Amino acid sequence: MSKAVVELPPKGGFNFDLCRRNEMLLKKGASPPSFRKTGTTIVGLIYQEGVILGADTRATAGSIVCDKNCEKIHYMAPNIYCCGAGTAADTEAVTDMVSSQLQLHRYHTSRESRVATALTLLKSHLFNYQGYVQAALVLGGVDVTGPHLHMIYPHGSTDALPFATMGSGSLAAMAVFESKYCEGLNKEEGINLVCEAICAGIFNDLGSGSNVDICVITKGHKEYLRNYRVPNTRAHFSSKEFTFPKKTEVLLTKIVPLREKIEVTEDGDAMEE
Amino acid sequence: MTKQQANWSPYDNNGGSCVAIAGADYCVIAADTRMSTGYNILTREYSKICKLADKCVMASSGFQADVKALQKQLAARHLIYQHQHNKQMSCPAMAQLLSNTLYYKRFFPYYSFNVLGGLDNEGKGCVFTYDAVGSYEKVGYSSQGSGSTLITPFLDNQLKSPSPLLLSVQDAVTPLVEAEAIDLVKTVFASASERDIYTGDKIEIVVVNATGIRREYMELRKD
Repeated sequence: MSKAVVELPPKGGFNFDLCRRNEMLLKKGASPPSFRKTGTTIVGLIYQEGVILGADTRATAGSIVCDKNCEKIHYMAPNIYCCGAGTAADTEAVTDMVSSQLQLHRYHTSRESRVATALTLLKSHLFNYQGYVQAALVLGGVDVTGPHLHMIYPHGSTDALPFATMGSGSLAAMAVFESKYCEGLNKEEGINLVCEAICAGIFNDLGSGSNVDICVITKGHKEYLRNYRVPNTRAHFSSKEFTFPKKTEVLLTKIVPLREKIEVTEDGDAMEE
Repeated sequence: MTKQQANWSPYDNNGGSCVAIAGADYCVIAADTRMSTGYNILTREYSKICKLADKCVMASSGFQADVKALQKQLAARHLIYQHQHNKQMSCPAMAQLLSNTLYYKRFFPYYSFNVLGGLDNEGKGCVFTYDAVGSYEKVGYSSQGSGSTLITPFLDNQLKSPSPLLLSVQDAVTPLVEAEAIDLVKTVFASASERDIYTGDKIEIVVVNATGIRREYMELRKD
């Protein structure tokens, strides 16, 4: 007698049931759907009065740009922001989730959120998912203990640094930081340096592009400079006014009735109750 | 026992797009000048356009090492033709030669997506479009490369009749004037460089007409 296997309800988290089928499809030559990644340049640095975060604004799906001006600097708390690189859905989901958790925590404790709290919440979530949540983050903020800047990797490890870069353009940006960073930069120097680093990513990395977003966080105050610099405008505007037909053009109309039209007479037998 | 996958490929894709448009007495051939590999830019000033004969110009995207080898091969064969026939090869003749050269390497292809443009013996513009192994067709306009999926639908919308079923196949020449064709090419590349990461930096536009061959450039997005 065969043993019946009890179907347990899914426990939540990732369902790997289709992996075998996907492998078979790959062998047959089917290409997997691409997800929207922010092939990105994100940076952060600590300056005299706090933290400055920077990001480019291009989102790609494979080699096509799917969003020319997306926002990669996510709000976590009034004094904490987080830049995200990797799969766009993952960075959005994880930062939104932790942002909500921080707000509940603020209600619970009646205190300003700390960067270390956000850090622990993010890293434990990412570690829990063993790297399947592909979010590489640069977390920065100023709290009672001072300015903090952290890098968070998709598998859940973290680094605390005076300057950080992530994403496909991180090498280009890090080259700028390593050459020009020093401690105790003032606000203007800090913003310029971050802008230069992001621009290095924008122009030298094909996964990054479009504009520069900057966020300056100091004790008790933040400045979100959306599109701080717009170094890439459209190359050519045609003087010709292109017109496109509003509707699909009808080439041929042919009506084929599917079935004979049946006339139903009124005084047929009523159906038996 | 699963089949062993190759851990090295002889090919690479250097990206880029090319376009050609034929008119009644001219031909416009254009390509961007960016050469890339993976997510990196190798150079912003690489010419993908090569003059094969007096009135015959080829633009190629794909693996530039194979493109270079192909161009050398065609130049050598053209020289031999000139010695044997005491004249330059016409564009339709060069088109056939290119097709044969590509098919010769059917089982280890040139990773090269070509678009050939020029004037035929009567001085009318002609464009030939190829795949990697030599299948070709004479058309009024064509686009190849990484941006072709973005460029071709727009060219179809502007230049093609709504359905080839109703109207007979055109004379393989567009009704545009030279200046209009150049403006269209600039617009189309500006749009492609917005959405394709491999297209950008600069466009090189080559115009072949009765007076000869002239070249112009236009700056594109560098990101």
